[in-house]
Amino acid sequence: MDDTQKKDPPQKTAGESKPAQSGPASPAAERFIVSSSPHLLTEENIPKIMYSVIYALLPTVLVSVYFYGLRALVLVLVCVVSCVATEYLIQRFRERTVTVFDGSAIITGMLLALTLPPGFPLKGAFLGSVFAMAVGKHFFGGLGYNIFNPALLGRAFLQATYPVLITTWAEPFSGPAGVDAVSAATPLALMKFEGQVVPHLNLFFGNVAGSLGETSALAILIGGLYLRYLGYINWRLPLGYLASMVFFSYLFWLYDPLSYADPLFHILAGGAMLGAWFMVTDYVTTPVTPMGQWIFVICAGLLAVIIRLFGGLPEGVMYSILLMNATVPLLNKWTKPRVFGEVS
Amino acid sequence: MAKRTITEEFKKGLWAENAVLRLLLGMCPALAVTNSAINGLVMGLASTFVVVCSSTMVSTIRRLVPRQVRIPTYIVIIAGFVTLADLFLKAQFPAISKALGPYVPLIVVNCMIMSRAEFFASKHPLKPSMADALGTGLGFTGVLVVLGSIREILGFGSIFDIVIMTEEAFTPWVIMILPPGAFLSLGLMIGIINHFTELRKKRSGI
Repeated sequence: MDDTQKKDPPQKTAGESKPAQSGPASPAAERFIVSSSPHLLTEENIPKIMYSVIYALLPTVLVSVYFYGLRALVLVLVCVVSCVATEYLIQRFRERTVTVFDGSAIITGMLLALTLPPGFPLKGAFLGSVFAMAVGKHFFGGLGYNIFNPALLGRAFLQATYPVLITTWAEPFSGPAGVDAVSAATPLALMKFEGQVVPHLNLFFGNVAGSLGETSALAILIGGLYLRYLGYINWRLPLGYLASMVFFSYLFWLYDPLSYADPLFHILAGGAMLGAWFMVTDYVTTPVTPMGQWIFVICAGLLAVIIRLFGGLPEGVMYSILLMNATVPLLNKWTKPRVFGEVS
Repeated sequence: MAKRTITEEFKKGLWAENAVLRLLLGMCPALAVTNSAINGLVMGLASTFVVVCSSTMVSTIRRLVPRQVRIPTYIVIIAGFVTLADLFLKAQFPAISKALGPYVPLIVVNCMIMSRAEFFASKHPLKPSMADALGTGLGFTGVLVVLGSIREILGFGSIFDIVIMTEEAFTPWVIMILPPGAFLSLGLMIGIINHFTELRKKRSGI
C-alpha cells in the first residue's frame, strides 16, 4: 500500500483521466485497470479451436486414405487448398484483413472433401470449395456471419450440379478410385432401394462404400470425443442429434422392423456421425441457448430420419442440418433467456 | 423533377432504371423462363410488345379513365395484348410457346408492365410513354437474354442451341437449369452490378 502511494503521484493525473489506457508501465495502473467485459482471459482463441478441430478430423481423413487410397488424400488437399485460396482472394478483393490461417477455411475444405465420394472429379471438388467459401461464407460477411454451414452448402451445390457424379461410389480397397474402381451402393442406398442391411460392425469400422467421411464411425467418434475432452463442443448438440435420430427411427422400426432399418444402423450409416460431431456442433450456425440447441437437434434428427425413410434421396443428414441452420436466428431470438428480474 | 427528352426516357430503361437489375420488377419471368437464351429472348420480346402496346393505349386514354377504376382498366388492356402475343406465339412458334408454358399468359401480372402503366403512361403524353415502354422492354429483354445465356452455357454447354462446349470437355452444371441456378445467377449479377456502382460513386465522390 505504501509502496503504491509512493509511486503513484507522478502518474495520478494520467491515471485518472484515462484509466483504461494506462499500460503496464506503472504497477499501480496495472492494479486498477477499468475495462469492459470479458474480464477472464484464457488462451482460447479462434485459431487454437480451429486447429483442434483439424486435428480431430485427421483420424477420419487417415481412415479414408486407408480405405480408398491416395486419391482420397488428393481430394482432401484439393478442397483445402481451393478453400484457403478462395478465402484469401476474396479478403484481398474486399480489402479486409486476410485470415486464411485461422484454420476455418481449412476445416471447411476438409469437411467438404469428407462429404464427397472418393472418385469425385477434382474440378468438381474445386468448384464446390469455391462455392462453399464465396457464397456460403463470404457473401454473408465471413466467419461468424454465415447462416449456413459453408461445407454443407458446397456439398448441396455439388449435389444439384453433378447429381450423377456425386452418387457414384466406390467399393473400399478397389484400387485407385476413379475410372477403374468398382462402383458400389452406399449402405443407406442398399437399405432404401434393395432392402439390404449392412452389418453394424462394418459400419462402425468403416469397411463400406460411401463418402470419405461416411465410412468409419469409430474414427469420427475419436475426433469428436477429443473435441469434447478439450471442452470445445457441447455434449448437447451431437448426442441430442443422434438421440433424436435414434428415437424417431426406433418408432418406425417398432412399427415395422422388416421395412425400416434399426436405430443403430441409422446413426452408424451415412453422414450421421460426421454431421453430429462436426457440423451440428458448428459454433456459427447453431443456436447459442440451451433451449434453442435442444429444439435444433430434435428437429434436425426428425428431418434426417424422415428424409432418409420417405424422401427421394437415401441420405438426409445434409438437408436436415441445412434446413435447421435457416431457423437458427429465430431460435436464438425465441429462446433468449429472460434477464433476472425482467418483466415481460 | 426535371423534364427529360424522349431519348432520355428511352435510355433510362436500358440501364439506369432497368426493370430487373435496378427496380427488381418482373422477377418471376426473369427467374422462371431463363433456362435457355432463346426462351429469354422470346419472353423479353413478348413482354416488350405488351408493354409498348399497353403503355401506348393507357397514355392515349389517360384522361378518360376514372381514377377509381384505373387498375382494372390497365389489367384488361394488358390482358388483351398478352392474349394477342400468346396466340401469335402458339401459331408461329409452337415449340417455344410450349417451352415457356404458363409464363406467357402470366405476362399479364408482370409488375414491370403494370409499373409503366401506373407510374408513367397514365401521367405522360403519348410519345414519352412509348419511348419509356420501349426502353424498359428492351432493357428487360437484354437482362433475360444475358441471364438465359449464362444459364444455358453452364447448364447445357450451348448458347442459342449452338453447342460450344461438348459433354467430354465440360460436365454441365445441372443446377444452372434448375430454379436455384436462376436465383444464384441473378443474385450474383445484381450483386456485382451494385458493387461496381457503389465503387464508381465512391471514386467520383472523392
